[in-house]
Amino acid sequence: MTQTERQESRNPAPLRDVVRVLGDDGTIVDPTLDPGLSGPELVALYRDMSRTRILDERLLTLQRQGRIGFHVGSLGEEATIIGATYALRPQDWIFPCYRESGAAVTRGLPLQAFVDNVFGNANDLVKGRQMPDHHTGRAVRFASTSSPVGTQIPHAVGVAWAAKLRRDDVVTLAFFGDGATSTNDFHAAANLAGVFRLPVILLCRNNGWAISTPVERQTASPTFAEKGNAYGVPGVRVDGNDALAVIAVVRRAVERARSGAGATLIEALTYRMGAHTSSDDPSRYRTESEIRPWVERDPLERVRRLLEARRLISRADDDAYRAEVDRSFREAVAVAECTPPPGLHTLHEDVYATPPWHLVEQREALLRGSRPAAPPRTV
Amino acid sequence: MPKMNMVQALNDALRVALGRDERVVVMGEDVGRVGGVFRVTAGLIEEFGEERVVDTPLNEGGIVGAAIGMALYGMTPIVEIQFGDYLWPAYDQVVNELAKYRYRSGGEYSAGMVIRTPVGGGIRGGHYHSQHPEAPFIHVPGLKVVCPATPHDAKGLLLASVRDPDPVIFLEPKRLYRAAKGEVPDGHYTVPLESARVVRSGPDVTVIAYGAMLYEALDAAAKAAEEGVECTVIDLRTLWPVDIETIAASVRATGRLVVVHEAPRTCGFGAELVALVCERVFYHLEAPPVRVTGFDTPFPYSLEMEYLPLSHRILPAVLEAARS
Repeated sequence: MTQTERQESRNPAPLRDVVRVLGDDGTIVDPTLDPGLSGPELVALYRDMSRTRILDERLLTLQRQGRIGFHVGSLGEEATIIGATYALRPQDWIFPCYRESGAAVTRGLPLQAFVDNVFGNANDLVKGRQMPDHHTGRAVRFASTSSPVGTQIPHAVGVAWAAKLRRDDVVTLAFFGDGATSTNDFHAAANLAGVFRLPVILLCRNNGWAISTPVERQTASPTFAEKGNAYGVPGVRVDGNDALAVIAVVRRAVERARSGAGATLIEALTYRMGAHTSSDDPSRYRTESEIRPWVERDPLERVRRLLEARRLISRADDDAYRAEVDRSFREAVAVAECTPPPGLHTLHEDVYATPPWHLVEQREALLRGSRPAAPPRTV
Repeated sequence: MPKMNMVQALNDALRVALGRDERVVVMGEDVGRVGGVFRVTAGLIEEFGEERVVDTPLNEGGIVGAAIGMALYGMTPIVEIQFGDYLWPAYDQVVNELAKYRYRSGGEYSAGMVIRTPVGGGIRGGHYHSQHPEAPFIHVPGLKVVCPATPHDAKGLLLASVRDPDPVIFLEPKRLYRAAKGEVPDGHYTVPLESARVVRSGPDVTVIAYGAMLYEALDAAAKAAEEGVECTVIDLRTLWPVDIETIAASVRATGRLVVVHEAPRTCGFGAELVALVCERVFYHLEAPPVRVTGFDTPFPYSLEMEYLPLSHRILPAVLEAARS
């Protein structure tokens, strides 16, 4: 069964309860829900989605060339990631899974910082301590990315809780995949969000797969959205490949949170068109034919068709923008590649606010000692 | 100075912490209306309201995870985990998230908070109300681990932990909750973390203990004195980072070391203490270091007094160390 069929077999009236604004052909199918972005805003949205995909492709290439160690992409999920980001205000916090680095750039994480992270060099904001694509951006209210699944959801709940206690107008949004809904942390977080009516948005990217595990192995529930009912958190399904629909539902969730009514669980129906990560081989568990219908639903193409129909962008504009992203990316890579790795002194920093005696001793021993052979020896 | 037991001293510390800083929040299972199953939080909800003294749903991972978020926002949560034995459902949040948040974010974020939890046996609690789980937390970079033995230290260490920028696992020896009594200063004061206390001085053997086992070590030291062996007894107070200077100075003087803890022996904190002493003052040692600990078994119910490393087991170890 394909992801499309799975969704439809669970849903007697296919996609009827799924919010849609923008059709596959780029026409507005539901004007009542259209978030009403201006022309320049639509162009910016398209460009942020487009940049996300370009960076994704370029990073995968770097990984295949052996220049970076790892990549986790978001091919096909750009409408969910960037649309949700568009619906938030600057003071709102994003708690990412590991597939939303496009959101960090869209929020203003400088491209050089983004690229320094994947190289783990001396200028990396997280000092080369995480695998590539595990971004942190305090300045853009982007929390630290964790590899374990679902762990960020209670943190989003906690920030929302603190903001509510402080009477601050702040909403948090946690991104997570369908696999995360099976974790203890999802359950715990949704429950707390419901009990304490917290201003948090739980955004499940239902992309069909958790590595090789299809959604029907995650849950026997017909939808992920309805899991919210168990926690007193309303659930809503949205076409996750429809950026305008995602903006509409996340904006509604922000308003609900601000009004004091509490949390919303959003299930964005999308599809992970790429591998789980650069370390994955999807041919072992799914066929190319499953991907084909999702090519037709390409979230970028939909917005581009809308922009062309409204004469907001020309093919030449688009090409020029893509060339500009490419150029600035190449420049950032050139800088990042000749930036040295983090200094040895950083290895023992930030474990505690001030290094205790044992870390001071270990750092001194490290600095006195010899350096490892590179690359590591093999037997 | 008023005399208090440890529950009263901790309660007083929480009241002071809540009163002096509105960013402090007390949260956990049953901490509000009932005042905690040991009454450590009694009366706080009446004084500070249910927004700051929060009865939470029953999910330790969720409590700690949400508290991490609060800390990221600049609050100082004081989480109560009802028993140390129930820290395990929160272990992933503590180990992979709380302890690493500052490091993995390059210092962009930090999550200073306190997790209080009652630990230790001797209260007929069986294996799910008696464990003393310091070692797994000491092993995790990024955490501080504290274990007071007196009401004075309980209050002062808790207030120091609340103010500390790093996450602190605050282990409360439940056997001492009402048994330990002593003078406790009014208002705010701190006992600095990372400072051990020399409770008894003697030239022959160094005995290291903490929590409820301090009193067993002191009892053994008194009995050893009757046999002519004078011990130095050190109450660690902060288990990690440990006050290595005080330990090393004492072993340099005595040449003999006995380490006492309730937790199982293998890979217990005693192993680390012995290793540290050997690395630093090996040539001052006159006898093999000795560990007196719980057994490498789950904590038993009926035979708990046999399991615990009480005075009757510490005394022979002290005498053996002194005479070898």
